[in-house]
Amino acid sequence: MSVDVSEGRSFQIDPAAPEPRSIVLPARGVLLRRLVADPTALAGLVIVTLAVLVALLAPWIAPHDPARQNVMNRYAPPSAEHWLGTDNLGRDEFSRMVLGARTSVLTTLAIGAGVLTIGIVVGTLSGYVGGILDGLIMRIVDLLLAFPPLLLALVVTGVLGPGLLNLAIAMIGVYWLSYARLVRGLVLAMRERDFVEGARALGLSGRRIATRHILPNVVGPILAVATLRTGQLLLILAALSFLGLGVRPPTPEWGAMLSEGQRYLASAPQLMIYPGIAIAVVALGFNLLGDGLRDVLDPTLR
Amino acid sequence: MVAYIARRVAYLIPTWIGITLLAFFLVRLAPGDAAHSYFVRVHDRQPNQAELASTRARLGLDRPLPIQYLDWLGGAVRGDLGTSYYSGREVTDELVSRFPATLQLATAATLITLVIAIPLGVVAAIRRNSLLDHLLRVAALLGASVPAFWLALLLIIVFSVELQWLPALGRDGLQHLVLPALALALGEAAVVARLMRSSLLEVLGEDYIMTARAKGVPERRVVIRHALRNSLGAVVTEVGMVFAILLAYSAVIEIIFVWPGIGRLAVEAIGQRDYTMLQGFVVFSGTVFVLVSLVVDLVYLWLDPRVALAQGRGVR
Repeated sequence: MSVDVSEGRSFQIDPAAPEPRSIVLPARGVLLRRLVADPTALAGLVIVTLAVLVALLAPWIAPHDPARQNVMNRYAPPSAEHWLGTDNLGRDEFSRMVLGARTSVLTTLAIGAGVLTIGIVVGTLSGYVGGILDGLIMRIVDLLLAFPPLLLALVVTGVLGPGLLNLAIAMIGVYWLSYARLVRGLVLAMRERDFVEGARALGLSGRRIATRHILPNVVGPILAVATLRTGQLLLILAALSFLGLGVRPPTPEWGAMLSEGQRYLASAPQLMIYPGIAIAVVALGFNLLGDGLRDVLDPTLR
Repeated sequence: MVAYIARRVAYLIPTWIGITLLAFFLVRLAPGDAAHSYFVRVHDRQPNQAELASTRARLGLDRPLPIQYLDWLGGAVRGDLGTSYYSGREVTDELVSRFPATLQLATAATLITLVIAIPLGVVAAIRRNSLLDHLLRVAALLGASVPAFWLALLLIIVFSVELQWLPALGRDGLQHLVLPALALALGEAAVVARLMRSSLLEVLGEDYIMTARAKGVPERRVVIRHALRNSLGAVVTEVGMVFAILLAYSAVIEIIFVWPGIGRLAVEAIGQRDYTMLQGFVVFSGTVFVLVSLVVDLVYLWLDPRVALAQGRGVR
């Protein structure tokens, strides 16, 4: 039993605790209606939706070319022309923030999708097939989780060489681990349920039982956890970018912008205030939405 | 219980070997030829075939991987993690000389976390749905959303640049410790306080608390003597995690505050492509984390001896 040093807390997996209960996902319309009825979850939903929209539409939203420098107009205060003023090279800060959203949010979502996919596939295999495969997979997962994922991701990116793609690969390579363990636990609990026994008695194939009968029933809790984790992935991506392991300089990205802004901390603190607020607000959005999803999917937790 | 502890300690060995495997093969993911980049770094020119071969032989890179690993493992067991590709210094010496700074920072941050979190959590549990309870909920959400390294920069702006109360950079006396430790601790404190609250609330609902109350034990005594100890188990596990997270996160905080710890060392090693150093860092910090989790389990056991029984029955 080692300490789970993954970032997840509220859903930390305690080996002494009973297996997580399964929650049957309500029909799609019901889920949305219940989310909207909860003001904090609604706030989270709005923030996340806005962030994704800005990220997708960034090139059309940004009023200026985020790379165009103007040394005659550095550190300009906010104005009608430059909503958030200009940065140390006279670039439009608002445009950089908007395009930064594109890099930060879309990369985070891509990493989130990657870890979720790997985690579900490996966790389901491990939980459903069981036996030696399960033992082997879980041994590896436990071993890697003995190490804080942040440091592991740091070292892997460092070894592969800095860059956004390598950073994303390193983060996916590290953060699927705790998902796999979560999914495995849920699948194990499901495997013994009557309807799975029934499906087995009917002679359905293992693959069909796993994908049609078990997976749909573990999607609910995974969805809530995945949303919370996405907020954390955003913070970790920003932290590692801040260390210079992500995008190369002219590309705007919130973590990298913070690290640039740090150099002008005393003279132009606004340059590190904006990206910091953006990161915190979007992470907050994912956290609110994740909490809301968990409440909606499992009202007994309230 | 002795059997449980013995098993728990014995479990360290395969885990530690796993960590060395991880460290060794992780740095082999590096693109390019290590001998080539080593030569270029030392001589500042491209090597010819003979020079490349001799460098490879000197670094021991011409041997089969398993042999290289075993040779390196043999050193690691004795505390010899090789020499830095970059500075030529002993990796172990470098890590050992830098570790106290990181340990000091993470320990201070963990203590601050506990000092803030436990009283707040207890009060929030006793005065449920009070203003403090609601504020704590908001603080915990913010703690999970505000990046610690941004908080660090804000603290520098307020306390170093504007108020000029505290130094921001370097490590020279206790006043240098305040800002980095606070930056690490504040977010965690809110989260741990929430955990303390829910854990205490759960215990307060148990039968023996009702019994104590029915016997007329004063409420203060019920909470402090009966409930608190039993609710600390979850918090201790969390503190172990917090300590590990803070250790990991200190890489970022150390960079900001120019704190001479091993996190900073690792980030520098990445910049210098110093793979022997990185490899040593993984083994070293992995060892630290494994030992931390051992201590956490033992403290947990001391607080709640039922754990050993449950494990003995093979509940896991």
